[in-house]
Amino acid sequence: MKRVTFSHSPIPYLFVLPQIAIIAVFFLWPSFEAIQLSFYLEDPWGLSNEFVWFENYQTIFEDPEYVGTLIATLIFSLSVTFLSLGLAMLLAVQVDGLLRGGGTYRPLITWAYAIAPAVAGLVARFLFSPQIGPIYDLLNPDGEPPWFEPALDSIDAWVVITSGAVWRQVSVNFIFLLAGLQSIPRSVLEASRIDNPSGFSRFWSVTFPLLAPTLFFLMVINFSYAFFETFAIIDTVFPFGPPAGAASLVYKVYVDGFKGADLGGSSAQSVVLMLFVLALTVVQFRYLEKKIHY
Amino acid sequence: MKFRNLIASVLLATFVVFTPSAWAQTEIQWWHAMEGALGETVNRIARDYNASQSTYKLTPVYKGGYEDTMTAGIAAFRAKQQPHIIQIFDAGAATIINAKGAVFPVQDLLSKHGVGFDANNYISGVRSFYADSSGKMVGMPFNSSTPVMYYNKNAFQKAGLTLPPATWEDFEMRVAPALKDAGYVPLAQSHSPWIFSENFHSRHNLPMATNNNGFGGLETKILYNNPGMVTHWSKLKEWQDKGFYKYYGRAWGDNQNGFVNQEVGIWLGSSGSFGGLKNTAKFPFGTTYLPYWHAVTNKPTNTFIGGAALFAMSGHSDAEYKGVANFFEYLTKPEVQFMWHRETGYVAITNAAYELAKSEGYYKDNPDAEIGILQLNLPGGDHSKGYQLGFYVQVREVMYEEYDKLFAGKQDAKTALANIEDGANKLLVKFARTYN
Repeated sequence: MKRVTFSHSPIPYLFVLPQIAIIAVFFLWPSFEAIQLSFYLEDPWGLSNEFVWFENYQTIFEDPEYVGTLIATLIFSLSVTFLSLGLAMLLAVQVDGLLRGGGTYRPLITWAYAIAPAVAGLVARFLFSPQIGPIYDLLNPDGEPPWFEPALDSIDAWVVITSGAVWRQVSVNFIFLLAGLQSIPRSVLEASRIDNPSGFSRFWSVTFPLLAPTLFFLMVINFSYAFFETFAIIDTVFPFGPPAGAASLVYKVYVDGFKGADLGGSSAQSVVLMLFVLALTVVQFRYLEKKIHY
Repeated sequence: MKFRNLIASVLLATFVVFTPSAWAQTEIQWWHAMEGALGETVNRIARDYNASQSTYKLTPVYKGGYEDTMTAGIAAFRAKQQPHIIQIFDAGAATIINAKGAVFPVQDLLSKHGVGFDANNYISGVRSFYADSSGKMVGMPFNSSTPVMYYNKNAFQKAGLTLPPATWEDFEMRVAPALKDAGYVPLAQSHSPWIFSENFHSRHNLPMATNNNGFGGLETKILYNNPGMVTHWSKLKEWQDKGFYKYYGRAWGDNQNGFVNQEVGIWLGSSGSFGGLKNTAKFPFGTTYLPYWHAVTNKPTNTFIGGAALFAMSGHSDAEYKGVANFFEYLTKPEVQFMWHRETGYVAITNAAYELAKSEGYYKDNPDAEIGILQLNLPGGDHSKGYQLGFYVQVREVMYEEYDKLFAGKQDAKTALANIEDGANKLLVKFARTYN
């Protein structure tokens, strides 16, 4: 058999070079530094260090607080992913079915994505503030003793963080899902309408499977969003730190490394975080993608 | 016409930038963590200093909160871009003082490039906090405050009370029930580690850690799980359940707001909160000493200073260090200290400045502004000079976690304090290894 080879021009490489450079400088290099630091006990000023093998890792996993944070973050990320996908799906299906007025609803639902996570956090902070928050008042109609106390109770705190995170993420999911819905061939939908009069079962048997590739992509994106980017929301809702049990993994990396100047421990945590998200993504691709037909 | 104006302004700008005097000035960078009105006062100090002489140009740069400023300084030091002066807070003191080679101790700096350093010029409460294990002053105390008690005089009147509580026993038996009956939350406070843990030890002259509260070296163990603390924290939980104490969470402002909104009768905050309260509290309030447990001691001692100090970072030229020394001397002048004290509510750190404030009659008009200094100047004990503990920011984090769980009813005081000791001691061991 004859091998077909094409002569390559170097120009395409030139085009990807800026992107590769950015990834190298802002992702690969810091990751490498973090991996290296996680094996050292080093004073923050860089005056002395000692190679300690896996001691930093051992320390974090012996800490019951850390294991608790890991579990809480996992639950939080799952909730954010499913709530924001569910809400976005509901909105997208409703807007897709509109004959008129879609042009008004689309920007109304989408604009929240233009908001930075830190600002989403501020909005959540105001809405749930014990002094001026309307939602806080709504949840505590009787006053004393308050039933809903995000500053004291970790579950209430997670509710606030989750709603801030979901609120912002619904809009990006909405854009993708609406585009996905609109790319489903009309003929398929019309054919199914003849076969099955129930809109609800039509959705689950026809529309949903056809949307699956989009949903899968969004799931991966949302998961890493919930893991990494929600830091800003926690930090703005609780500038002095969330109550015990309401910190996420990435927030703990920040507290120990940035505030506490414990470089080795914080680096070990961020390596664990990287591996964890990597593993989750691999699992998603391995098991979920097989169920999807493109 | 417009074009000519433009040329003229460009020429003028060039002239201003390149005037000989500006050219010859040595620039001193000062990184600080003072925001809002405090930052304005810092800028004013810098402006006044620059106007007072022409050899040095001091440039203050706001770097965010205390932790952010320390982290920025650490990152800059690692990149060899460190400023000349950096402001580091009490909980970060061990991190910078133990970093051999990162700082130029202020005592050496002033002996070499200035008129020398005499610790006796400083009020007793600030003398030892920023010193190293040999007693040498490493940091220059700057913004210093201490926890004090504020009480709402209207609330006291309504409850039929005249005097604020001097002891916690007095609070529990006399003050709290009366305030509660009058419809107030009797007590709130804004910083559990600082007010109810660190200063609990200084007020009762109890050791907070081994090794002379950590000043003696790095192999230190924390001593929080002591009978005094167990009593205090068990009582706090009991008071919370009885409605004598309300915990509004970790945020400083949420607890202070309770007092400002007249929901709370007594609030424990910083002596530096005085200026802000004067503006926001729409009721007469009084200031007094932090209460103590009579059962623990009948000789209550002074409290620790909180706040931050200025450190000269290493790696600069002698000419620049002369400027730093020159500025430090300017900063400790009585007039400058008095201005800082008056504008911000932080205490004046030199005896001369304190005398100046007294002689100008400042405390006659504002007796509350003196409470912080008076409390710092109370007779001290062996354990009330300060503390120096590594990774203390994270130790405080551990405290918050455990106290949160106590107030949420998930554990008792004894368990909380045992967990704090355990977590803190692990961090201290790690810190000692990191710095050896």
